[in-house]
Amino acid sequence: MKFPRLTPKYVTEASLTFTFTRRAMVLGGIQGGVAALLAVRMGWISVAENEKYTLLAESNRVNLTLVPPRRGWILDRHGKPLANNRTDFRVDIIPDRLRDADATLGTLAHLLALAPDQVEKIHEDLEKAAGFQPVQVATNLSYDQFAAVSVRLPDLPGVAPAQGFSRNYPAGATVGHLLGYVGTASAKDYEANKNPLLITPGYKVGKDGLERTFDRELTGLPGAKRVEVTASGRIVRELTTRPDTPGRSLQLTIDAGLQEYAGRRIGPESASVVVLDCWTGDVLAMASMPSFDPNSFSSGISHLEWDMLSQDDHIPLRNKTLQALYPPGSTVKPMVALSFLEAGLDPHATANCSGALRVGNTLFHCWRRHGHGTVDMHRAIEQSCDIYFYTMAQRMGINVIAPMAKRLGLGQKFDLPFPSQSYGTVPDPEWKMKKYGKKWETYDTVNSTIGQGYVLVNPTQLAVMASRLASGRIITPKFQFDKGRGLAPPLGVSQQHLDVIHNAMKDVVNRNGTARGAQMKVPGIILAGKTGSAQVRRITMAERRGGVRGDAALPFKLRDHALFIGFAPFDKPRYAVGCVLEHSHANGSASGIASDTLSYLFDRDIAMAKLNTLETGWGGTLVERMARQREAYRIAHGVAPAPAEPAEAAANASAPPAAGNAVAPVPATSPDEPATNATQEIRD
Amino acid sequence: MSGIVPHQIARLPWRLMGLLTGIAGFGTVVLYSAAGGSFTPWALNQGARFVIFSAMALTLSRVPVRQFQFYAWPAYGAILIALVLVELIGGVAGGSQRWINLGFMQLQPSEFMKPVIVLAVAQFYARLSVGEVRRWTAIWPALLMIGVPWALVLVQPDLGTATMIAAGGVTVMFLAGLPLRLFIGSGLAGAAIVPIAFSFLHDYQQKRVLIFLDPESDPLGAGYHISQSKIAIGSGGFWGKGFLAGSQSHLDYLPEAHTDFVFATMAEEWGLLGGVALIIAFALLFRWGIRVSMRAQDRFSRLTAAGLTTTIFFYVAINLMMVMGLAPVVGIPLPFMSYGGSSMLTVMLCIGIIMSIDRASRTGSSGSWK
Repeated sequence: MKFPRLTPKYVTEASLTFTFTRRAMVLGGIQGGVAALLAVRMGWISVAENEKYTLLAESNRVNLTLVPPRRGWILDRHGKPLANNRTDFRVDIIPDRLRDADATLGTLAHLLALAPDQVEKIHEDLEKAAGFQPVQVATNLSYDQFAAVSVRLPDLPGVAPAQGFSRNYPAGATVGHLLGYVGTASAKDYEANKNPLLITPGYKVGKDGLERTFDRELTGLPGAKRVEVTASGRIVRELTTRPDTPGRSLQLTIDAGLQEYAGRRIGPESASVVVLDCWTGDVLAMASMPSFDPNSFSSGISHLEWDMLSQDDHIPLRNKTLQALYPPGSTVKPMVALSFLEAGLDPHATANCSGALRVGNTLFHCWRRHGHGTVDMHRAIEQSCDIYFYTMAQRMGINVIAPMAKRLGLGQKFDLPFPSQSYGTVPDPEWKMKKYGKKWETYDTVNSTIGQGYVLVNPTQLAVMASRLASGRIITPKFQFDKGRGLAPPLGVSQQHLDVIHNAMKDVVNRNGTARGAQMKVPGIILAGKTGSAQVRRITMAERRGGVRGDAALPFKLRDHALFIGFAPFDKPRYAVGCVLEHSHANGSASGIASDTLSYLFDRDIAMAKLNTLETGWGGTLVERMARQREAYRIAHGVAPAPAEPAEAAANASAPPAAGNAVAPVPATSPDEPATNATQEIRD
Repeated sequence: MSGIVPHQIARLPWRLMGLLTGIAGFGTVVLYSAAGGSFTPWALNQGARFVIFSAMALTLSRVPVRQFQFYAWPAYGAILIALVLVELIGGVAGGSQRWINLGFMQLQPSEFMKPVIVLAVAQFYARLSVGEVRRWTAIWPALLMIGVPWALVLVQPDLGTATMIAAGGVTVMFLAGLPLRLFIGSGLAGAAIVPIAFSFLHDYQQKRVLIFLDPESDPLGAGYHISQSKIAIGSGGFWGKGFLAGSQSHLDYLPEAHTDFVFATMAEEWGLLGGVALIIAFALLFRWGIRVSMRAQDRFSRLTAAGLTTTIFFYVAINLMMVMGLAPVVGIPLPFMSYGGSSMLTVMLCIGIIMSIDRASRTGSSGSWK
């Protein structure tokens, strides 16, 4: 290999020394130059760009955390809180920052004494949660527990203890369906609206009932807290805090005492009661029992409790006052009678009840096998004689009855602040043709006059019908106290006609009628009303011909529903009530619940005395009985693993609710809410 | 200097020692702050180390230059063997292995290669006859001497140290008087090779280089070091945030706040003022070293003094460029400031040898123990 020559010039020791000196000076120059360059660079960063980097250092150092706003209170008509906020120490987990879920949960379970089913629920929530969503570990902690977690924070990455407020419902389960409950925002909510407040631990949104409808009004403005934090997220100190602005309070027309009374008076039954003000349409009580305790829902319900509620045959997860539909049965008779009067029927006109009447090819029976004899309108309502109505209905026709039913609120959808509402059916020839493509038959008219066949109503509509019958005014149910005060406009029916109906309804309760046991216990206050019963099981034509009606020996699910509408005082109607008692033994209890509930409005002491006696018989107050039921369920199922995911169960339950619910919309349910359980079977 | 102070003591390089003590003292103060206002665990150790290593450097300054020259190649050979051993042990242990565990301490041979490569190459040119300086025989043995340890360190992999070894060796070649066009030519060729060399780097090294080019592209991931360091320096401003008041270092945002990024810790609290003072102090150190080399009597001394000075310069320059976002994160500490024993040992070795050369040129003898 031949290298090119590298030595064009002569090299001596002296020239090398000279070269060295020159090059060493160059090297020194370069070193000085680099040092100067570094100084300039540093000056650029620290002086020219100082503002930018100061800002970045501050945003490193200072962590701005949102303080969830306190939710506005929900007040009753007298200003008593139905829902308020309680100071609360809580612990959440931010899944994103969690390192070892099992170890962390183990420590927390030890520190906070969590039960195994609670730990299981947290595990499930962690699996489902998107990383940024806080998962609640525990609320209502004592200060000691809170402090125990706080001091161990450096070893518990992802755990976020906080002092905040939790929703509190003093009346517990009795307001469950009315107010709904609150819960953490779902991942879907956050994806739709990237509001950082939604993923702030402790922030809750309304999930059902009025809490959901008025969520915007009840939600305040979040506060903010500036804290100095280390890179690993440990809080060094608090810098400044801007307090939150609580949400506006919402005043309802509800009477808190009455609402709780109604809920408790229902007792162990599956029933619903709606009480309306006959002048204004104010909803004073709207109780559906059994119910869930919104307090335990709001702090996150356990799997076990959810299973217990969803498997209960009394359907505690459905708001029966609005979502359940029933054939109104004989409660429509005063309305039908009014329609006859308005169409010109003489109230003294009579029909002969022999116990059965042939309509076309079918023999229709009166509920009283041997008949009522000669019956006029007053007696027909008082005794609830079916034959009178079969006879007169054939004379007057469905086109007299159906419009009056609608005028009195049946089949009507009211503008109510609830997410879902089933509004039922008032059938007429046009409807039947459209729905089934069949001609209206006389027996359809006959069925409709006694509230059977295609007719379906919800309990709120029953109360509206009662209030309109009582006042002769277009009573529309209202929930907001400050909206639309004043007397409702008149219905436009004759007061004389109403008096006929009122007198008959008075005698239903106070003379020889079908609700004899339901007289008002308050002296001087007379209750007027009308009973009804609705068959749950399919009654074959053969059974109908045989007149089989008794059902006391049937299992719970197949027993008839008992219904009652009423108002008081009879002579100067002030309050109206609608009540449906599912699967009861006898008609008496629906009217009893309604009567006692109304009596609370006239004399609390008498009403409470009655309730206390009843509750003693049932084995304790509502709270005690619910706690016992939970405990029993826990013991029976405590070891067994939970059978179904709540989401699945909810999806199953949102199948079409009822056979006759064709017109009513299927209540929209999303998987994270308690869904309506729709095993209701209503006769054809 | 005369009178009551004994001649021996008066002749010690007091000005230099004052400069070094100033830098190291400042470093100790910064480490005190980095520990949250505590002498432990860093400041006290660092101070004690400086005292010990200063004594070592002063002792070295009494060693005749001949001795360094004599031991240059044996030391080079020993460290080369150690580097090979590290590679073999690393192959067994798996992963990146840079040290040999001697039981009582962990020996990192690549660290010692930084000064020793300067001594070895300087010795090569000292022994080369004057006439051969501009021949090929003056180039390839030096390149081999540099290339072998460079390659061994690079595969460890330790890009920073490998770069310093190559730079130290090439600097001596440059000072030895090799034709200038060789350096210019290979500089240009190197620029052309960079893209190819880049593809041979490890993934994490490539990532570091890429992030160095655009640190904001991944401020929470691999660009985190540079981003946080610039934030610390930038937020310090002209006057700094004040002693013990740096949020970046005290709240742990700045990684390696007491080692590689100690300059950022300092700059945050002492501002541009502290930074410029420190840079000037280092510049004075380099000036001293270059002056010693120019005063030196023989070829070996000249090349060694300038080469070792440049080695210290590379420490400072690479570290500062790194913390200011002008170089990728390569893990080169800042002499006297960064917490750690081996880098201070290396730098004090350099200082000690330069002092010995200085002493020899002042006394006019490079072979005496006096």
